[in-house]
Amino acid sequence: MLLFGLILLPVMTSLLAYGSRAHGVRMTLLLATAIGHSAGVATLWTRSVPGVMSGWLRVDALGLLVLTVVSLLFLAVAVYTFGFLRHDPSRGPGRGLFVACLLAFLAAATLVALSHHLALLWVGMEATTLSLAPLVFHRRNRRSLEAVWKYLILSSVGIGLALFGTFFMAAAQTTGQPLVLEDLVRHAETLQPGLLRAAFVFFLVGYGTKMGLAPLHSWKPDTYGEAPGLVGALMAGALTSCAFLGLARGTTVMAAAGQAAFMRPALLAFGLASLVVSAGFIIGQTDMKRLLAYSSVEHMGLLVLGLGIGGAGSYGTVLHLLNNGLTKGLLFLVVSNLVLFYGTSEADKVTGVLRRAPWSGALLLTGLFAVTGSPPFGLFVSELTILGAAIHRDLVWLAIVMVVLLAVIFIGMARMILNVVYGEANHAEESTGTGGATGWDGKPFRETWPLLAGPLVLAALVLLLGVHIPAPLHALLDQAAQALGGTAP
Amino acid sequence: MSVSSLLSLLVLLALAPVLPGIANRVKSALTGRRGAPILQLYFDLAKLWRRGVVYSRTTTVIFRLAPVALVATTLLAAWLVPLDGTTSLVTFPGDLVAFAGLLALGRFALVLGALDTGSSFEGMGASREVTLASFAEPGLFLCFTALVLATGDLHLEGMLGRPLAAVWPAVVPSLLLVATSLFIITLAETSRVPVDDPLTHLELTMIHEVMVLDHSGPDLALILYAAALKMALLGSLIVSVLVPRATLGAPVALGVLVGGLLLVATVIGVVESVMARLRMNRIPQLLVAAAALAGFAVILLLR
Amino acid sequence: MHSFHELLMLLVVLTNFWILGTTRLSAAIRAVAIQGALLAALPLALDPGLSPHVLGLAVGTLVVKTILLPMFLLRAIREAAIRREIEPLIGYTASILLGAAIVALAFSVAPRLPLPEMESTLLVPVALSTAMIGLLVLTTRSKAVTQVTGYLIFENGIYVFGLSQMERVPFLVEVGVLLDIFVGVFVMGIVLFHINREFDSLDSARLTELHD
Repeated sequence: MLLFGLILLPVMTSLLAYGSRAHGVRMTLLLATAIGHSAGVATLWTRSVPGVMSGWLRVDALGLLVLTVVSLLFLAVAVYTFGFLRHDPSRGPGRGLFVACLLAFLAAATLVALSHHLALLWVGMEATTLSLAPLVFHRRNRRSLEAVWKYLILSSVGIGLALFGTFFMAAAQTTGQPLVLEDLVRHAETLQPGLLRAAFVFFLVGYGTKMGLAPLHSWKPDTYGEAPGLVGALMAGALTSCAFLGLARGTTVMAAAGQAAFMRPALLAFGLASLVVSAGFIIGQTDMKRLLAYSSVEHMGLLVLGLGIGGAGSYGTVLHLLNNGLTKGLLFLVVSNLVLFYGTSEADKVTGVLRRAPWSGALLLTGLFAVTGSPPFGLFVSELTILGAAIHRDLVWLAIVMVVLLAVIFIGMARMILNVVYGEANHAEESTGTGGATGWDGKPFRETWPLLAGPLVLAALVLLLGVHIPAPLHALLDQAAQALGGTAP
Repeated sequence: MSVSSLLSLLVLLALAPVLPGIANRVKSALTGRRGAPILQLYFDLAKLWRRGVVYSRTTTVIFRLAPVALVATTLLAAWLVPLDGTTSLVTFPGDLVAFAGLLALGRFALVLGALDTGSSFEGMGASREVTLASFAEPGLFLCFTALVLATGDLHLEGMLGRPLAAVWPAVVPSLLLVATSLFIITLAETSRVPVDDPLTHLELTMIHEVMVLDHSGPDLALILYAAALKMALLGSLIVSVLVPRATLGAPVALGVLVGGLLLVATVIGVVESVMARLRMNRIPQLLVAAAALAGFAVILLLR
Repeated sequence: MHSFHELLMLLVVLTNFWILGTTRLSAAIRAVAIQGALLAALPLALDPGLSPHVLGLAVGTLVVKTILLPMFLLRAIREAAIRREIEPLIGYTASILLGAAIVALAFSVAPRLPLPEMESTLLVPVALSTAMIGLLVLTTRSKAVTQVTGYLIFENGIYVFGLSQMERVPFLVEVGVLLDIFVGVFVMGIVLFHINREFDSLDSARLTELHD
């Protein structure tokens, strides 16, 4: 019942929000849904809930992890939306559609996280793609049109390939309920190896496109660059996690069928390619959102690298999934603040943030250190786990390459962000009185609490994960890593 | 060699000039005109035969030999096809290559004759004719390949005769593809719309017609007759592929052939009336598509 | 191979070639519509038992793939007043040859796949070649409408492959598939109208402002 509720609640509120005239009602619906959803997910943490629809919907460690990321991010974004829609200068497609699409995305992402039927998971994945498309097109100008076109075409092809993979998976199966994850794993030894491999390749390419693994990432910088920051937060944090879950389901089956030797080189290749490409494009990047997009490519690469390394690498991957989701949410929301304030995300026009928007500046700095894997943040722990696993499994060369590339990425990101935070303010003549700054459009701009609450909480969580991993979370991560064919460190 | 095959050949020779007449008549009817009589080509041939011949001073003996060579090669090619559905007048392993080769030889003679005039128009026509042929021939050979694969026989007699009738039901889809491909090739080889327009009289737009501008009298009659015969021959290939006549008995087989040829001519007329001539640079695409169809048939048969 | 469903699948491949060769957008859309009708008839031909499941699938396919989507696309090009693909990345003759190569590849790969018992040995090669030709159209044509038709052909290939699993994959999922395609193209269609308004043409090659 709870599982149905988690999916149906956002569906219903989405419809209501689309239909309602009053903005206040819509925002109340949005916030209430976000809180309700989080409460539901919290309940899933405390007690086990049986599967429904003959096991098509079920909670497992990996799914719960993704669901938690989605729910937390959505809560942060929902609060943020209050501030965003108040300041947003663009002629949006109507706030009703905006809120409705956000809620529809929550429903679709929840469906993905809970599905244990691979075809149902696919349906959810397609729904996430479609529900975010109108949001990417929020600004309704040429650039956002180009972005949404690339996003739709490439994502749809990716998702189509994933469907091919799903059919191959069905064809590989000889016993058990078709495409139900538990039955696939239980009868893993009866799966047709050739077809299973084909299915995995399609999963990797299909869901890899949705994740934005290089060289399938070309839609990502454009889409993230043009979408409003809070949509970027959902895409980089929640949508990629869902896409990763799709790939991870395939990995689980492969691992159970003893095909790990086949999938590891492919995963390593995609992971390394993503690191190399993101390092190359982060150096010399001039736009903050595009920088974050390439950073997202980098972290997706780290996720599949961890999977490809195996062993404790899988644990690193699931921990990294959580960390990456929260950090990306933090960064995109902060950058969204800067865009509201300066009217652009081009780095050379956004300088001296610390003086003009001190809270956002501090949060941006925090985000920079978190996302580049500096201690004491969570990503430091997860990246270290993946590196350690690489060395442990005699992939020393890989560890060295990773460290070098991560260093390059750190330099590239730090160069831009530090300039943004500390650089000379180029609007120096304007007043910088406490809370009285004017934004790019001349209207007074203040860092109101809806714009800061989400990023603050996310920053605190990432910091917490770097210092201490609570026991229940550790147990959950352990289970998830084992499902992916790995072990605890 | 049999009486029925000889008889079929004679019927074909006599019937050939009707086909362009039918095609043109259908086209006229569909575009709301009355059109020339169906037997117009016979009248034209008779008239040309009575006329004298004019030779340009720049031409050589090649120009005079070209029409004769064209008719001779086309006639020889006709000997190789099992027109009665079972036997050809002449048959030997690999005679399908000889069939294509004889048609090519006739074209070669015609092209040489055209070049011999030294006219730039005729040279242009010759160049176009050869270009198109180079696209049409791979298609023809792919069609033959499909038929060889279907029957396992390297004789035209077998590919279109009894062995084909034996396997026919099992390979219908491939044969439909082959027939479609052959039809497009026929349009190109006989200079019909959408490849060429036989009725145009502007040198720049013509392919086949422009090559024969300098021929006159009996020479022109021979060329026109050879063109009609070629249409009948290629048409008979299509009919043979679509209807296996080996088991029908000679008189019925001949009747089917005649009926089929008339139908092919009608379809050509319909195509001409509903389509415009393609731009020159689009024509290779059509022929490549025809080859692709035949290639697809080959793939299906290889399975 | 003389059964009705194999003939249908042959025609599906022929429509692929038609789309590869045509320059007129309306002709390409009509070809997609015809392909949709062929695909709607395919489950009926494969399973002559006429179960409600199969009937529903056929009717749903017909409505979505033959009627709704082509109507929508035709309206898009009518409002944009465009008729032809101007400059494909790969010429028509070359794309037909590539298409033929793809078909050959699909037919040579398909028998090596260890697929379980199937109604027809043509299903898989036709599915693979249709999907690949769809991707070819999607990647080599510059008009947004043609790209959408390419995507539809790609989806059609997946659909044919899905038919090979018809008895194993439940009905619910097939509804989901059709619905998703529909919504996907619906959203793409809305974008098409906007491209038209912003750029005065449906040429996605003009979408080149975003780059590094």
